[in-house]
Amino acid sequence: MTYHEMMVKPMREEVTRSGVQELRSVGDVDAALGPGAGTVMVFVNSVCGCAAGGARPALALALQHAVRPQHLYTVFAGQDLDATARARSYFADYQPSSPSVALLRDGEVVHFVHRHEIEGRPPAMLAANLIAAFDRYCSPEGVAKSEAGLKADG
Amino acid sequence: MTGMIFHPGHEELHGITVVVRGASGRCWVGRYHERTERGILLHDVAVHDPVTAPVDRDAWLARLRKFGIKVDSKYVVIPDSESAEIELLQPPQP
Repeated sequence: MTYHEMMVKPMREEVTRSGVQELRSVGDVDAALGPGAGTVMVFVNSVCGCAAGGARPALALALQHAVRPQHLYTVFAGQDLDATARARSYFADYQPSSPSVALLRDGEVVHFVHRHEIEGRPPAMLAANLIAAFDRYCSPEGVAKSEAGLKADG
Repeated sequence: MTGMIFHPGHEELHGITVVVRGASGRCWVGRYHERTERGILLHDVAVHDPVTAPVDRDAWLARLRKFGIKVDSKYVVIPDSESAEIELLQPPQP
């Protein structure tokens, strides 16, 4: 069951006003995520009053940080069903939950925030989690460190 | 906990994903709804049974924390006879 668009519109806008592009169709998702280059964040939005009600302000806070992923996208679970399912296929190792946040680099998931990591936390706590991930995986210094670590592991 | 009430008007754990460890050795992970005289009601539940599970409980929980919850049942009522212990699946990091 989807909700009336009039009810959901403010929840979409709370995310897109931070510069996040909404993907509403399978075609949108493939065009955005298919190439798989660079750093990409996908925010899986949700009508859930408490978890998403905290996650959206947290995202807005995190996106004020100087270091951000190159591409910012969102899909709306429970509303744009096909687009959400397609987006989740790009991080299929992770069980679906909403709200949630996936951070990908060159098509690989490098950080994931599940709903269970959002519930009951104040927005500042989730924002801090996201900012740490942005610094680690999206800054030039973080990318260099991360790549050095991968080489050492390999 | 963070001291924040997630769903005002409900128990503190309402709507939060918890681990419930039972006296039988079984373990459940799901969203806490409420505790009634019938037991603890969870939604969207994954179950670990030490008799049949391919991995031990700690490895199973570690996988759930990283990759999320693969739901086995939409809801489960865990009876009081389990004398269950409850904790958050993912306690907030300091």
